[in-house]
Amino acid sequence: MLLVEGLRARYGRIEVLHGIDLAVNSGEIVTVIGANGAGKTTLLRCLSGVHPAAGGTITFRGDNLSGVPAWRRVGRGLSQSPEGRQIFTNLTVEENLRLGAYLFADDRVEKDMQDAFQMFPILKEKRNLAAGGLSGGQQQMLAMARALMGRPSCLLLDEPSMGLAPIIVAQIFDVVKGLKALDVTVLLVEQNAYGALKIADRGYVMETGRITMNGPAAELIADPRIREAYLGI
Amino acid sequence: MSELLQFLLSGVTVGAVYALVALGFTIIYNASDVVNFAQGEFVMLGGMITVMAYTAGAPLPLAALAAVLATAALGVAMNKLAIEPARGAPVVSLVIITIGASIFIRGAAQLVFGKQIHTFPAFSGDDPIRILGATILPQSLWVIAGSVAVFVGLWLFFTRTLLGRAVLATSNNRLAAQLVGINTPFVMTLSFAMSAGIGALAGVLVTPITMTSYDVGLAFALKGFAAAMLGGMGNPKGALVGGFLLGVLEGLTAGYISSQYKDAAAFIVILAVLFFLPQGLFGRKSTDRV
Repeated sequence: MLLVEGLRARYGRIEVLHGIDLAVNSGEIVTVIGANGAGKTTLLRCLSGVHPAAGGTITFRGDNLSGVPAWRRVGRGLSQSPEGRQIFTNLTVEENLRLGAYLFADDRVEKDMQDAFQMFPILKEKRNLAAGGLSGGQQQMLAMARALMGRPSCLLLDEPSMGLAPIIVAQIFDVVKGLKALDVTVLLVEQNAYGALKIADRGYVMETGRITMNGPAAELIADPRIREAYLGI
Repeated sequence: MSELLQFLLSGVTVGAVYALVALGFTIIYNASDVVNFAQGEFVMLGGMITVMAYTAGAPLPLAALAAVLATAALGVAMNKLAIEPARGAPVVSLVIITIGASIFIRGAAQLVFGKQIHTFPAFSGDDPIRILGATILPQSLWVIAGSVAVFVGLWLFFTRTLLGRAVLATSNNRLAAQLVGINTPFVMTLSFAMSAGIGALAGVLVTPITMTSYDVGLAFALKGFAAAMLGGMGNPKGALVGGFLLGVLEGLTAGYISSQYKDAAAFIVILAVLFFLPQGLFGRKSTDRV
């Protein structure tokens, strides 16, 4: 589904991704874990096209994405729920969701919106309120729901648990796990390594711009190095 | 009584023009948070290009249409050549770029059109219409109808169409707009085209009343800016109400105090709004949670 080879990225003259290799197969939940500043968010920004890659290739469903602007990647089935949620604060919850399906104007939009409300009932309650007034957890739900409105075959999730109460985190991870049943492949970037590895099929560990380990999530979770460095066990 | 009505009618006429200029500000501000101070030059170009096309022998409606389209194209060019290359610069820098663009356009207009004052005939004759002892020119009705029509069109565009909401979304969060598939460069192009076209329309409508020359733009920009601030920057309804209020205020100042002071009305409004009502009459208070 998604194949990343030798991906490099820079901010100014400073290289922050030093050749990332990563693959996500159709139907999988794959997680990238790592500490703050490891380059996880930059990786996702390169995948969605809002940050230019400085080298390497990104192949999505057989097509090379280099030179494809961010707004066109959505139409190809690659949606991102970005770090910091980035919802449209001055628009209503419903308008946010409608814009998630910006590329579509058919009957399925309404159906998808009902599905989103079913997934996150609180959004239905607040549908006519300005999204800027939602709590952090509700904004995260809205960001995910909005990304799903774009009918992705692959969803890029950036730190959905950041800054949220444990009970909300559990709820959000449950939804992510449930995306499998909807045929949505997931690439989940997380600092919450334990939560992410528990719902993922495979995982990659990222340290200062490099992938240092990868394997089935169950193996990573049992690996003593991971347990010490990321799980605090 | 008829005196007051007369002042109100002339105030409403200029107010309609300010409203159109303010609506032009609103569109670009909504798409990019930039206050485009070249907005007044679009008004000047609308009048000037119509004059040129008309004197070259084109029928008036065709000349007006050509002026609106040509100005819209110029707005797009301004975005491509001056604003887009500076993408990523702070908004203040972009605002200063628009001031530079306005000076450039004014200078170029002086070279191309000369320094003379120009005009062309009113659309429906010059016979004043009498209302309760006051009079209004038929052209004033065109101006008022034009601004109300543009307002209704814009209001429908921003509230009822997905593309309109895409414009709002782009200004609120450009990153997120790209991530939902909005072609943000196109949104900018569209905004500048619409904004310039509306400015030019204002110029076309008002020139038979006020006449035009290469340097009328600055006054329109400042008055339109005051109107937009009064109504609340970014809100089409605010632009309309702010424009009419400012026009009426100016009409009353000119009538009851002195026409020497009428321009002061706009600047007192700007100061008062900034001091006491920074959000304007219809501006949204921002209550974002982070």
